[in-house]
Amino acid sequence: MKYKTQKIAMAYFAVALGLFVIQIIGGLLVGFVYVAPNFLSDLVPFNILRMLHTNSLIVWLLLGFFGAAYFLIPEEAEREIHSPKLAYLQLAILVLGTLGVVVTYLFNLFEGHWLLGKEGREFLEQPKWVKAGIVVAALIFLYNVSMTVLQGRKTAITNILLLGLWLLALLFLFAFYNPANLALDKMYWWYVVHLWVEGTWELVMASILAYLMLKLTGVDREVVEKWLYVIVAAALFSGILGTGHHYYWIGTPGYWQWIGSIFSSLEVIPFFAMMAFAFVMVWKGRRDHPNKAALLWSLGCATLAFFGAGVWGFLHTLHGVNYYTHGTQITAAHGHLAFYGAYVCLNIAIFTYALPILRNRDPYNQVLNMAAFWLMSGGMVFMTFTLTFAGTIQTHLQRVMGEYYMDVQDQIAIFYWMRFGSGVVVFIGVLVLIYALAVPRREIISDRPTVAAE
Amino acid sequence: MSDSSVFDELPGDLMIWVLIVSELLVFGAGLAAFLSVRITDPAGFAAAQDALYRTGAGLNTVVLITSGALAAWALRLREDAQRGLARLALVGAALLGLVFLIVKSIEYAGKAGEGIAWDTHPFFTFYYLLTGFHAAHVLAGVVLLLLVAWQDTPRNIEAGAAFWHMVDLVWVLLFPVIYLLR
Repeated sequence: MKYKTQKIAMAYFAVALGLFVIQIIGGLLVGFVYVAPNFLSDLVPFNILRMLHTNSLIVWLLLGFFGAAYFLIPEEAEREIHSPKLAYLQLAILVLGTLGVVVTYLFNLFEGHWLLGKEGREFLEQPKWVKAGIVVAALIFLYNVSMTVLQGRKTAITNILLLGLWLLALLFLFAFYNPANLALDKMYWWYVVHLWVEGTWELVMASILAYLMLKLTGVDREVVEKWLYVIVAAALFSGILGTGHHYYWIGTPGYWQWIGSIFSSLEVIPFFAMMAFAFVMVWKGRRDHPNKAALLWSLGCATLAFFGAGVWGFLHTLHGVNYYTHGTQITAAHGHLAFYGAYVCLNIAIFTYALPILRNRDPYNQVLNMAAFWLMSGGMVFMTFTLTFAGTIQTHLQRVMGEYYMDVQDQIAIFYWMRFGSGVVVFIGVLVLIYALAVPRREIISDRPTVAAE
Repeated sequence: MSDSSVFDELPGDLMIWVLIVSELLVFGAGLAAFLSVRITDPAGFAAAQDALYRTGAGLNTVVLITSGALAAWALRLREDAQRGLARLALVGAALLGLVFLIVKSIEYAGKAGEGIAWDTHPFFTFYYLLTGFHAAHVLAGVVLLLLVAWQDTPRNIEAGAAFWHMVDLVWVLLFPVIYLLR
């Protein structure tokens, strides 16, 4: 660790991993409701559980991004973080807000209160005071990292990272607008969610991936930067108007069907480029970095993001296809692999790279961590397949044959059981991962760099 | 192993080519979609096409290609160190771009006057989407040409001219397919 303020990242990573466990437990519960629909129905209804599952995902990923920024910006800018105190204050605000959200969801306190209560929305559902807190925390963060970068060395990686994080924070402001018209509500919701995951987050992803490639493969910065700019250009070009693929059936004008179909089809390109980038850098790289686990997560991230976000996204993005598949388990399959590949793996890659450095136990083989990668990724890919099969059958029975929703659900129960099983495997993988990141002090299987068999 | 690649041999900046290829993919996909939907209703598409103002579009083709020639000429002048003339050529190219937009506005106003909107027929959905997107690019191109006339390094002019030729190229593909193809 070159700069002592990089240590801030530890606190962010720890909270992120804690929320990750909560997210996966939420996922297991929701997955179990699918096979036993009355499970917990009086205590915590399905919609609340799902809200916990998706929102804790978003929050822990963001905390991971913040931590990653605090870790890599000092090294890139070649100076300490402007104010560590502000960084911890930001984390405290976010933790308080998260707890506030969870308590408000679970016990529905202050029902109907404009500031303290739920807003009654399906998504972007936080009490107003939490939203305000998120904005304050974001402002603190942007001030802190921007000051650091402005006074230090400016690199393409920090520029793109900051651009992504600034736009991300600005787009969140749409969460404050809560129109009475449900179609408008959905429209602005996508300004936040789509323009995050298929726009600004991709900038964050590309820059963190570029940083990891720079460190792990030893390829020249100049080469990495050229790729970075091309990827970012492709992501923004396709992603912004690609928002149209959410506007097919929500009451927006019909021309969105063509704008959405054409632009979102191109969204596969940046994800393909990121995968190509990661592998080309590894092939070209001359450095044999001992942290093989971080490399595994990085390559896994680029690959699974290409399949989850790129291929599974394209699968149902054309409006002619989406007319039949909209809102079926096909969507769930895509959502799971896309978030896992693109953003979960990315966060774990930077955790896996940074934690041995932050905790002074480099070099370090992290075999257990790699086992966790295969458990989690295997489970997630299996889940994606089961949901894809479930969705295909559901689409045919429900949308083509016209059978009733619940009758169809009964017929695809076998897939929900298998999905629950794969969820258990993912959960075990997460526990192994957290143990591998947090507990062992020394774990060196071989102190020699890996050598190819002769 | 050397780190040089074929991309280093491209004239102008790599990023402008990324943009150009992306634009061609979008307009190409749009034209392919147009032609695919046309198969489902050839008679309806032909009838709708007859409502278009072909002479105006033909005139616009001449305007845009002349403008493209001026932009290309500007780069050559700038490389021969004739900065004043190069700037004049770029401003001329931008003005012709404005002429294109004026003719286009007259065309759109005419359509609106006849009560034709984007949802009158699938033909017009594509007509407005494709020519509208293209017109937005013409507008962006005009701004870009004026910008590179101001910041007139050969590298900038090359990037501006490359973008402007892409706008040209897209138009000469849109014009026959939308206005003329029977």
